[in-house]
Amino acid sequence: MPSDWQMPDPALVIRSGRRWDLFFNVLGFSLVILSLLVLCLLLGGMFRDGAERLGWNFLTNFPSRFPEKAGVKSSLVGTCLVMLVTACTAIPMGVAAGIYLEEYARKNWFTTIIEINIANLAGVPSIIWGLMALGLFIYLFEAWFGTPNDDVTGLGRSILTAGLTLGLLVLPIVVVATREAIRAIPQSIREASYACGATRWQTVRTHVLPYSLSGILTGSIIALSRAIGETAPLITIGALTYIAFLPPVPFTPRPETQGGVYGPLSWLSSEFTVLPIQMFNWVSRPDNRFAVNAAASGVVLLAITLAMNASAMILRYRLRKRYQW
Amino acid sequence: MFQIASQPAPTMIEDTTRTSSPPEAAPTAVLAPLKAESKDLNFFYGTHQALKNINIPVHENKITALIGPSGCGKSTFLRCFNRMHDLYPGNRYVGRIDLHPDGINLVDPRIDPIAVRMRISMVFQKPNPFPKSIYENVAFGLRLRGINTRSILDEEVELALRGASLWDEAKDRLHKPATALSGGQQQRLCIARSLASKPEIILFDEPTSALDPIATGRIEELMREIVPRVTILVVTHNMQQAARVSDFTAFMYLGELVEFGPTPRVFQKPQKDLTNQYITGRFG
Repeated sequence: MPSDWQMPDPALVIRSGRRWDLFFNVLGFSLVILSLLVLCLLLGGMFRDGAERLGWNFLTNFPSRFPEKAGVKSSLVGTCLVMLVTACTAIPMGVAAGIYLEEYARKNWFTTIIEINIANLAGVPSIIWGLMALGLFIYLFEAWFGTPNDDVTGLGRSILTAGLTLGLLVLPIVVVATREAIRAIPQSIREASYACGATRWQTVRTHVLPYSLSGILTGSIIALSRAIGETAPLITIGALTYIAFLPPVPFTPRPETQGGVYGPLSWLSSEFTVLPIQMFNWVSRPDNRFAVNAAASGVVLLAITLAMNASAMILRYRLRKRYQW
Repeated sequence: MFQIASQPAPTMIEDTTRTSSPPEAAPTAVLAPLKAESKDLNFFYGTHQALKNINIPVHENKITALIGPSGCGKSTFLRCFNRMHDLYPGNRYVGRIDLHPDGINLVDPRIDPIAVRMRISMVFQKPNPFPKSIYENVAFGLRLRGINTRSILDEEVELALRGASLWDEAKDRLHKPATALSGGQQQRLCIARSLASKPEIILFDEPTSALDPIATGRIEELMREIVPRVTILVVTHNMQQAARVSDFTAFMYLGELVEFGPTPRVFQKPQKDLTNQYITGRFG
């Protein structure tokens, strides 16, 4: 064994270590600043471009041939209704699936396959979901149940189809968020509940669900804020780009030719457009003045998304404080 | 000092080491009827056999302590009594644990584990109150049994908290979170939660291993206070604890029962060399 080595001077070692520390510190900081700067420039540009159209009129006008009169009324309403359908389908299904996989399912090859595929599904490109929806909800259901836009059967190019499509798209996100929230609950809490004589469902309802609610809600809101910006799958299923009417309000009279009133769910089968599609439509117009509208609708979309994410953060903060172990 | 020259009824004290032992028992141990009894109980985690032919009687309104080194199967044995192992797949019981007086076999797969847990409650190693109010923690077992009448719940919660000598500390903060209590108070709350549903047996799984000596003393005192109303089975790492609180002691090693008997006899005149080595601290 060679014995002619010396312990290096600690001061030297420390100095060289510190140099690398400083290097990465500066590098990381500048990269963060750079990316934030680019983002701010983009958003600032959008605000500047859209500023002249932003206002109450922009929100309450239907789209129009005249750029200075055009507004996002129909697409804003369309976005809200599609999100309602998405939330009402994806959240209950996703939470139920997450609870089943975490609390009920035995671990075997079948549930392992399901778990792997849920992770995979979250990564499927959104256009594929659009194609799937086109094939399933529109063509196949039409072939099975009748004509599209029939009040009773076919789903058609409707709010319902769009909501279900986006619901499927974000379902894996809700499932994964639910499972993670449930897994954060210590096993000792479950054992305490079972030891008192609780059934699985009693344990889920009185302990697991309440304690994981903040995580589930946060995940659901994040999922919805992803769905709200999706354009490709809705174009695939044939969302219209120009809509100058709103879906029928329940119990208002139908046109003379049909008579009677609209049912409580008639709006589901209405044609629709959504904000990102409206924006895409305006961007692709040759008339440059429509670009202003596109920027302004971008600001509206961004405001909705940020509001949703902010509410997710507030909810998480509020509910986390309530449950600690 | 605990030996008396009386002749204990042979069916009352099931001494598994009775070979060549003279009749002897602690005075408290005499004439205690059986509450439960494990008969040739084997337990498997998958293919691993964790318990081998365990025969231990549990005497009514007595404290039975299970001692032994880590991994000897004492907690596994305890958790058979409320079918806790049923929560996880791949576990298998072979043999019987008879619950008296009705004589049902607790580990029979045809017996609903929920029905077992309604009669036999448990206090865990680490205090595990629900992140709810003190009141709701204690009321949980009653609510599970369909009792939602405010006046009954109020009364029973107070009774259980008094029983766990937590009432004076908790009465002004019943609707505050249980997690704000200290560790020892949390463990007493867990005991109150167990008591509230009026169980026949309470299983204690190393109830004081996460507590300081003063809190430990209070829990031990509490166990002695409640034992006239309930049968207690306690797993402990701490031999002094077993000697202090229990009426009967079972010493387990590597999944087998080595020795069972009245606590003073097991500690003062162990009949197996292994027991003697363990209680004198030569291994474990």
